Amino acid sequence: MVSESEESLSENEESKAIREPKTPKIPVWDLPDVPKGKLPPHIQLQRTRVFCTSDAPTHTENIQYSGAYASMGVDNSLRLEEFRNNFRVDVIKLSEDDMEFDMIGIDAAIANAFRRILISELPTMAIEKVFMANNTSVVQDEVLAHRLGLIPLKVDPRLFNYMSENDEPNEKNTIVFKLHVRCEKGSSRIKVKSNELKWLPNGSEFILSTEKATSDSTSKPKTYTSFNCSQESLPEFSNDPIAPKHDDIIIAKLGAGQEIELEAHAVKGMGKTHAKWSPVATAWYRMLPEVVLLQEIKGEKAEELVKKCPVNVFDIEDIGRGRKRATVAQPRSCTLCRECIRGDDWDKLVALRRVRDHFIFTIESTGALPPEVLFTEAVKILEDKCERVITELS
Amino acid sequence: MEHGSFQDPSQATFSVTDEDHTLANSLRFILNQDPRVTFCGYSIPHPADARVNIRVQTTGDVAGEVLKDSCQDLMLVCQHVRSTFDQAVMEFKNKEGLKSMNIRQ
Repeated sequence: MVSESEESLSENEESKAIREPKTPKIPVWDLPDVPKGKLPPHIQLQRTRVFCTSDAPTHTENIQYSGAYASMGVDNSLRLEEFRNNFRVDVIKLSEDDMEFDMIGIDAAIANAFRRILISELPTMAIEKVFMANNTSVVQDEVLAHRLGLIPLKVDPRLFNYMSENDEPNEKNTIVFKLHVRCEKGSSRIKVKSNELKWLPNGSEFILSTEKATSDSTSKPKTYTSFNCSQESLPEFSNDPIAPKHDDIIIAKLGAGQEIELEAHAVKGMGKTHAKWSPVATAWYRMLPEVVLLQEIKGEKAEELVKKCPVNVFDIEDIGRGRKRATVAQPRSCTLCRECIRGDDWDKLVALRRVRDHFIFTIESTGALPPEVLFTEAVKILEDKCERVITELS
Repeated sequence: MEHGSFQDPSQATFSVTDEDHTLANSLRFILNQDPRVTFCGYSIPHPADARVNIRVQTTGDVAGEVLKDSCQDLMLVCQHVRSTFDQAVMEFKNKEGLKSMNIRQ
């Protein structure tokens, strides 16, 4: 027994002696210090990037807590000074209706707030009430009214007030349009397009049914609106008549002998009540894709990589003597389809990530306001919300 | 509306009406970055009610004051975003204007 244990002991010692040079034993107090005031590179990467691995995105959550990295001597609290120095906006594309810009150095929480406000809390004008005088078309009244509501109007909503329940429709809160189209008997079918909507700057022309009994009085008969003056006389509309943004939206089709006569009243509203009041067709952002080649990819492998990508992110570079090397040419067009990291060990060659604080923001306006104005208005609304909370607290 | 205790002003829940994730999530972000805050979160008690509850717990400061400071911070952030954006748009328009002039020549 004794000899056996001795033998095994000596064997152990022997194996230890062999292993020792490979893993030297370092006392904990001799270990190099974790650098203070700086995050180790892998944690810094996790903090600033979202990883797109082959099965799922990882490290997607934002570390918001101010003391998250306190043990490493890193302050994660918000410094306005730092924010001001790092925040950047680059306009990529700007036209009458669309805009694309990069917003760099801001958290998703705030970028998302802007997006949400753009979609649902910026007011516009849209047709809300439709007075049908005659509709013999195949389109039912309620369907027709809905279609009219969705037509974007080219008018600045900031010039109007909201109409609350007890308000009389007047020149400051209502826009009236008239639509009267008839398809004569014997003629072929016609299309009713949005250019048939005629603006009535003096308000409704339909007389209230209760007025009929006293119609012989000399005063002006009361209509469905009570305008104090013509909207045309207001300086903001005199040069720029109110009309639908597009002339060629088909509202209905009329067969021979059919007729539509109606009056449509547009009021101010917000996208959260109904999408017809949303000033944007879409407003969205995506984080900047980052494609990194972890190793040099040469020769046939490089050709394969270029072929793998459906949006041509990669390109081939000649490094002399006919040798080829893959490069990342257009990381911005990457859709993160992960096709390039599919298959055997490709994920060890290519890394797909997203930059956490770089947003590619796109706004498509419906036409009431230009997109750059929409964004500044959205930011103003968030400011107003903060101000409201401050006043409610004090 | 504030729900807090009289003994301990350092923790309170604020019930804000007519608000949603838009404001609450931005405020939570700003509050969490404040070193005086030990805990902050928000909830929407019922999706049909336009109301959010924002919970703030601090290391000792009055919770309401910390929330107010955060609102102030968020406003400053917004103002900076707005001015930076306007400047970027103006620069872009100037650049594009010059480009279109070159085309006409």
